[in-house]
Amino acid sequence: MSASEIDRQWTTRLRKGLAHHLPAEKLLPDTQPSYVSSWIYVFGVATLASMIVVIGTGCILAIMGPQWWHQSSVGHYVNSLHLWSVEVFFFSMVVHLWGKFFMAAWRGKRQLVWITGVVTFLASVTTAFTGYVSQTNFDSQWISTQAKDGINATGAGAFFNVLNTGQMLMWHILLLPLAAVVLTVLHVLLVRYRGVVPPFELTATDEVHAS
Amino acid sequence: MKGEHVAALYALFGALVPLTSPGHYIQWHWIQISVANVVVIFLMIVTFIAALLLPFPGRRRRRGDDK
Repeated sequence: MSASEIDRQWTTRLRKGLAHHLPAEKLLPDTQPSYVSSWIYVFGVATLASMIVVIGTGCILAIMGPQWWHQSSVGHYVNSLHLWSVEVFFFSMVVHLWGKFFMAAWRGKRQLVWITGVVTFLASVTTAFTGYVSQTNFDSQWISTQAKDGINATGAGAFFNVLNTGQMLMWHILLLPLAAVVLTVLHVLLVRYRGVVPPFELTATDEVHAS
Repeated sequence: MKGEHVAALYALFGALVPLTSPGHYIQWHWIQISVANVVVIFLMIVTFIAALLLPFPGRRRRRGDDK
């Protein structure tokens, strides 16, 4: 195989593209711009950290099953951890969203960073909703019967039946978490590629990295 | 003894936050929201303002910072 043929391979082009746009020092930088030393920049990472706890506790619940999380004290505890890490996740994500909105975080060719964040938020809301309707208790029965008419009015009820516990559970533990994780990875990679958005008063030339 | 302590803690917590009674709601025209959700929104606003105003620990000022 000639050198030009190797250069044309999709694997070669992908590897060179990734190495060019996302070198290791951009993926895992040693320093950040000085303006990142603010509490408002903490909430993105807090969202990521709580997401890890959500997925970890969700995996334990999936392994042990509904009888365990309804009837055993350890099951109750892990179930509560799952719920409260979701509360922290949304709390942090909303503060992160407000912070990024008021600093117009789509500036400097960061539109895709903003858009992936918005879509991740919507995917997360749907993931949480399917979680509430697949608890297998009176709460999930109440929420699903209250939600069905609203969902059906949108037309989504044809393929998204909130009264179907099995279907909701599959959306909750497979499809939606997969979407949320893929979107989050994309969002973080785009942040690494474009860099953290600077405050308004700084221009691109002021984006000096702290030594 | 340990069980009694746990039961006492449950009773104390139950007295502070009555979890067995119906939830409280605020209604204004067609808008209805639970008090719990209002509290969470209030806490998010407080956290947002605090994040903007509170100094970040360990922040060192360098020449050229915060022009």
